Amino acid sequence: MPSLGADMEAGTLVAWRKRPGERVTRGEIVAELDTDKGVIEVESFHDGVIETLLVAEGERVPVGTPLARIQAPGAPPPPGAPPPPGAAAPSVAGAPSVAGAPSPAAAPSAAAAPSAAAAPRSSPAARRLARELGVDLGAVRGTGPGGVITHDDVAAVRRDGAPGATPPAPARVPPAAPPPGASPTPGERMRRAIAAAMERSSREVPHYHVSLTIDARAATELVARENESRPIERRLVVGALLLRAVAAALRRFPEMNARWEDGRVVPAAEVHLGVAIALRDGGLLVPAIEHADRLGLDATMEALADLTRRARSGELRSGDLSRGTLTVTSLGERGVDAVAGLVYPPQVALVGFGRVAPRPWVDEAGGLCVRPVLTITLAADHRASDGHRGGLFLTEIARGLKQPETIR
Amino acid sequence: MTREALRAAIDAALRSVAPESDPARLADDADLRETLDLDSMDFLSFVVALHRATGVDIPERDYARLATLEGAVQYLGPRVPSG
Repeated sequence: MPSLGADMEAGTLVAWRKRPGERVTRGEIVAELDTDKGVIEVESFHDGVIETLLVAEGERVPVGTPLARIQAPGAPPPPGAPPPPGAAAPSVAGAPSVAGAPSPAAAPSAAAAPSAAAAPRSSPAARRLARELGVDLGAVRGTGPGGVITHDDVAAVRRDGAPGATPPAPARVPPAAPPPGASPTPGERMRRAIAAAMERSSREVPHYHVSLTIDARAATELVARENESRPIERRLVVGALLLRAVAAALRRFPEMNARWEDGRVVPAAEVHLGVAIALRDGGLLVPAIEHADRLGLDATMEALADLTRRARSGELRSGDLSRGTLTVTSLGERGVDAVAGLVYPPQVALVGFGRVAPRPWVDEAGGLCVRPVLTITLAADHRASDGHRGGLFLTEIARGLKQPETIR
Repeated sequence: MTREALRAAIDAALRSVAPESDPARLADDADLRETLDLDSMDFLSFVVALHRATGVDIPERDYARLATLEGAVQYLGPRVPSG
């Protein structure tokens, strides 16, 4: 059972997408999980053949529980009895994120539409199929754990009745379904997950905040200039350049790209940039751009577009939500001048961007002018770094934005 | 493209980036970004969807003219390629 956040304790296996004997590749979806934060897909972290499913559909198990055993390619056939956990071919779906990946920022979405408070709880596969078939999820009765609408439920509507019609009585009884009216809505569950993460941050992390205000003209002009000559599909948003600047700066500040663990700062081996994406009806998702420091501006833009689209449509995967090593939040488009955030444990830093707005500015020659001005903030764990290093980190981000050709 | 067909294309483009929205309920002069809480990535996706549906090339400097449903109709109408 992968951890999707420091506050997550358990999850329910909604459905297996693979069966014993089937081959899986790294990144392939093997199961769907219902957590306190929503229904998400779990991908395999290894290549191989599914040997044993260790958790039954509908079963609720703690974080860290092995879900399945995957036989590595070329490994000898398994003995009659299943090997103990941690033995040969231990590729357990989801488990690597428990062991290695820092927690994500906040709560994954449960609902296809961001109107989480009213939307039925459904799996990503069910949402995709419903869209393809034109089925109204509001009219589908969920037979998964806790009444979750599964892929099979949507398929049954298509098979047994017109799209949008209520399907016949389910063949399976939802295990441990709460009584009507007793269970929190998806929106409430997401709010609780965010609350748990932020309570932990506020309680355990001694924060410091530093900020830096810069002339962002070079950055905005680069984006405008690029967009002038690009076809619509390849245009950029300023947010992609901001992410690029953070990722590039992190190379020189490993203590910001880290987690606090057992009384020491542990730098992450990779830079996976968490991107805070607000849901319109409340709630927050923080999927990560993998290896963000290795991506150029165009690739960063593509990754941001992909994450945004999948966050909006409820198609994020467990890996998206468990890999983040530092979080970036940008609230400028909501009119915010500056962000004083909280880090997401066990991450140790969060970078915030305010709006780019025209302001009076004193240029290098001492003259007064009007420039697009941006305030960058850092919220950091004082156990892992000091304000001096935090200031240098912000300065490095600013350097990239002032000379955007050097980081594109 | 008729006005009705154009409006349908705009509605579909909006729903593609804001699935929970009901464009039929939007006032013609409502600010789309504000009313639907669209960020710049959403708005770019909206522009891309409009381009794919209508064939109209929309430069970034003209984004502001698509701020409302009526603005989008007025902007796109004369520019939709004929035939």
